Amino acid sequence: MSGTYLGLPSFPKAAHDSTRDTQLRANLTHATHTIRTKRATAINELTDWPQLRAAGAAIKDHTLHHLDHYLLQLEAAVTAAGGTVHWALDANEANTIATQIIKNTGETEVVKIKSMTTQETGLNHALETAGIHAYETDLAELIVQLANDKPSHILVPAIHKNRTEIRDIFTTHMTHWGRPAPDNLTDNPTDLAEAARLHLREKFLNTKIGISGANFMIAETGTMVILESEGNGRMCLTLPDTLITIAGIEKIIPTYQDLEVFLQTLPRSSTAERMNPYTSLWTGTTPHDGPHTFHLILLDNGRTDTLADTTGQQALRCIRCSACLNVCPVYERAGGHAYGSPYPGPIGAILTPQLRGTTTPLDTSLPYASTLCGACYDVCPVAINIPQVLVHLRERITQGGPTTTHGTRTTIQPAKGHRLERTTMRATRWTLNHPTALQHAHNLATHTRHLHPQHLPGPAHHWTDTRNLPPLPPHTFRHWWQHHHQTPPTTNTGKGTDTRSETATDTGTDTGTAGTDTGTGTGTGTNTQTDGGPQQ
Amino acid sequence: MRVALFLTCVNDLLYPDTGRAVVTLLERLGVEVDFPLDQTCCGQAHYNTGYRHETEPLARRHARVFAGYDYVVTPSGSCAAMVRDNYPRLGARARDEGRGDELAKALAGVPKTYELTEFLVDVLKVTDVGAYFPHTVTYHPTCHGLRMLRLGDRPRRLLEAVKGIELRELEGAEECCGFGGTFSVKNPDVSAAMGDDKVRNAESTGAEVLCAADNSCLMHLGGMMSRQKSRVRPVHLAEILASTEQRPLELPDQAGPVHVTTGSTVGEQR
Amino acid sequence: MTTNTSRDEILRRIRQALGTPTPTTPPDPTTIPRNYLTTHAHRTPQQTTNLLADNLTDYRATVHRTTETHLPHTIANLLTHHGTQRAITPPGLPPHWLTHITTPLTTTTTDTHPDPHTLDTIDTVITHSALAIAETGTIILDASPDQGHRAITLIPDHHICIITPDHIVESLPQALPRLNPTRPQTWISGPSATSDIELTRIEGVHGPRTLDVIIVTAEPSTAPAETVSDEPSA
Repeated sequence: MSGTYLGLPSFPKAAHDSTRDTQLRANLTHATHTIRTKRATAINELTDWPQLRAAGAAIKDHTLHHLDHYLLQLEAAVTAAGGTVHWALDANEANTIATQIIKNTGETEVVKIKSMTTQETGLNHALETAGIHAYETDLAELIVQLANDKPSHILVPAIHKNRTEIRDIFTTHMTHWGRPAPDNLTDNPTDLAEAARLHLREKFLNTKIGISGANFMIAETGTMVILESEGNGRMCLTLPDTLITIAGIEKIIPTYQDLEVFLQTLPRSSTAERMNPYTSLWTGTTPHDGPHTFHLILLDNGRTDTLADTTGQQALRCIRCSACLNVCPVYERAGGHAYGSPYPGPIGAILTPQLRGTTTPLDTSLPYASTLCGACYDVCPVAINIPQVLVHLRERITQGGPTTTHGTRTTIQPAKGHRLERTTMRATRWTLNHPTALQHAHNLATHTRHLHPQHLPGPAHHWTDTRNLPPLPPHTFRHWWQHHHQTPPTTNTGKGTDTRSETATDTGTDTGTAGTDTGTGTGTGTNTQTDGGPQQ
Repeated sequence: MRVALFLTCVNDLLYPDTGRAVVTLLERLGVEVDFPLDQTCCGQAHYNTGYRHETEPLARRHARVFAGYDYVVTPSGSCAAMVRDNYPRLGARARDEGRGDELAKALAGVPKTYELTEFLVDVLKVTDVGAYFPHTVTYHPTCHGLRMLRLGDRPRRLLEAVKGIELRELEGAEECCGFGGTFSVKNPDVSAAMGDDKVRNAESTGAEVLCAADNSCLMHLGGMMSRQKSRVRPVHLAEILASTEQRPLELPDQAGPVHVTTGSTVGEQR
Repeated sequence: MTTNTSRDEILRRIRQALGTPTPTTPPDPTTIPRNYLTTHAHRTPQQTTNLLADNLTDYRATVHRTTETHLPHTIANLLTHHGTQRAITPPGLPPHWLTHITTPLTTTTTDTHPDPHTLDTIDTVITHSALAIAETGTIILDASPDQGHRAITLIPDHHICIITPDHIVESLPQALPRLNPTRPQTWISGPSATSDIELTRIEGVHGPRTLDVIIVTAEPSTAPAETVSDEPSA
């Protein structure tokens, strides 16, 4: 992905700051809860939601499993309709192709529709380097661009800014980009929208090149589909002479009929509307209507590597609705920027490490940016099992294993920084697989419970920074069961013996490190208080 | 009916009272309960942190220990979900790795694992378990119970039938508490922020007790409430259901790092 | 790296990922389950029209109902009410719809691009529509001669859109088979809107801020009685 996201801190480090930003927290809570509630209402209108969801997932899976076929069909259809199709292996190549197309026209300005794909490739920066100014025209993207900021939400990119901040951004920065903000601009949203309308209209009427992404590309007809609300998309798609569309290869769907599924599920999942205000469909070029030149750049940039992972490939079903962000309790507290990519929230946590690989502290932290609560999977209109993929990617980080990088099959090593955790996991696994050792460890822990620290050492201090430890009872349950509970007459003969299991099925990877810490991953210390625990 | 209690490692060491409550409750309902002593841990923490290969021996042990029972019952939604949802995945992944069907077959022997409220409502077909708990209670449906097991209104129906109880609605009930196993240590700030919100919502109900059907969530929330000297007490649902007029569950009356203890009453019944 | 090489490489990577070194066999899309509904209720035509009107109104379009006879009056009145100084129409709009208009009127031609700067000086555009979907409150324009170039319904700030009875369907699955996907289509559900500032909905950012929808209904004298068949009484 883009260089603009290089060098960002890991998710927990970024979240350390953002969770303390009370304004951000308030904005996010208000926004996500509002959309969440509205979405539930919109979806409840459709009694066949589960069927639509299953059909959407099936269409996407079917397409992915025949992706070469459908891409070639799309290429043929777009070409027949007067368009030109380009293929880009990575972000750089896509940006270079787009830059060259623009340079060939002699133009130095372009208008853009909100496009996550061009954020992913860092197109604006690449164009700027080539002396081409790209104007974002979605209201929120305009705000973000004027403020030299980054989007923080898929649907509402400036969700982290409130009206006063937006007024100040317009007043200060519009003048450097074109028509200045009106004098004495208020922070009334209607006035702010009017200022944006006036500022952008001169761009729309005069700019000869438009750049867009695509929500869907229909293979059988070569038709592009874009959903939007403000009309800036229609402006960019209709008024320029040249239109350049950059889209990931996973945006393809086989047939026009398939839209009957996605045009029901996407708006309701995204803006919680029955239908978004504007949807545009175009096929190549149309004489005397709209751009006379159309270029489609098909982007890989990690998508084929993602496709090669049978568990992770379901992330390519994503239709970018952002429903998962709006229900995610982690996103709500950490904010979009902590995810360090154009794709924030739960979907970003599984998409980014697959597209970019797991080589940086940020990208290895993303699969852990979830409690696995499952709210994202519940709302996903294409049924991406995000928790399942998160765990799968955690495994790639901790264990390494076979993967595909830049089209080459390879075996990656476990990521750095997990040595202590790996040792602990191995030791606890050994102990937990040897009940006698476990019982000894339990006994040791309970007998020394008055000596246990109230504040845990090492990474576990994060637990005791904000929480007390549960008091360790004087005896375990099994102690009580063995000593005080009469064993039922139907003893489960053969199941109590453990001699086989202690050795036979051990994978042999450990070296007998039966850690004395009986940790189960959830903390085992106690405070020194004499408790009113169970008395026998 | 051969019923095995799958208590979970956390409950065994830290919350033995919950285990006793389950035994008391089930025996009161005429169920003969066994506790296979070789059980340890289902491997959830290992699996969810990305250590699938470390999970496998624990899953094999679990399958071996519980094979042959008619029912396995556990007072933990997340551990039930681990066995039901993720054990088949362990087998499938082993197959993907060219290790054949052996692991899948080994893990297929686990009898159906029921979370406690499922077992009560679906198998025993009871909602009124004869419990008595004259306190105000707010209920937090844990994520795995809510979204993986789809427990639905089972816990609520059980609580509503408890004599003397007064239930209070918890705002944002369906939202995660922020525990998430190792998440609470790997992402401490977000975890604490989520926990704070849950605690605040629990406190604003005015209830004395925050009830859930999973002690790991209650360990996190209870730890926060204790640190913040909240007057709300975390109590596992099983302990409320085990409480009777003859042997009522008593709540400690002071804030502090003490979790509710029920052992004396429940344990002495036998 | 040339794009031709990238094309080959992307296709190679896909086939490697799918475990199919040669092009995949022609897919069979009939395996996709399509057991979702084609419409979400049983409705009479009148109920469908009412639903369309309700949903359009819900998304802040202004709905007017009139008969074919009264349509020219309705259009003229809306122009007057809006204070329109200049209006534009596509070439294929039925001329008798416009007989009561006194406002200066431009008509586009099919074989030239309309000039966006000129369109920016025009207050109102009047068009027919290809189709309307009741369940979602959506109007579809497909650039036919009675709807015109996409730009003419975009730049003027006021759009009067006419829906005739035979162009109303209940649902999306009913709509798609009646449309030609290769025509440039614009689907409109209410006026241009944004919620980008603190989620406050504001009508009109770039597209028309006012959307007047005229639903043409059957003449009262010839209208069939709107009845749902009565159950015989027991």
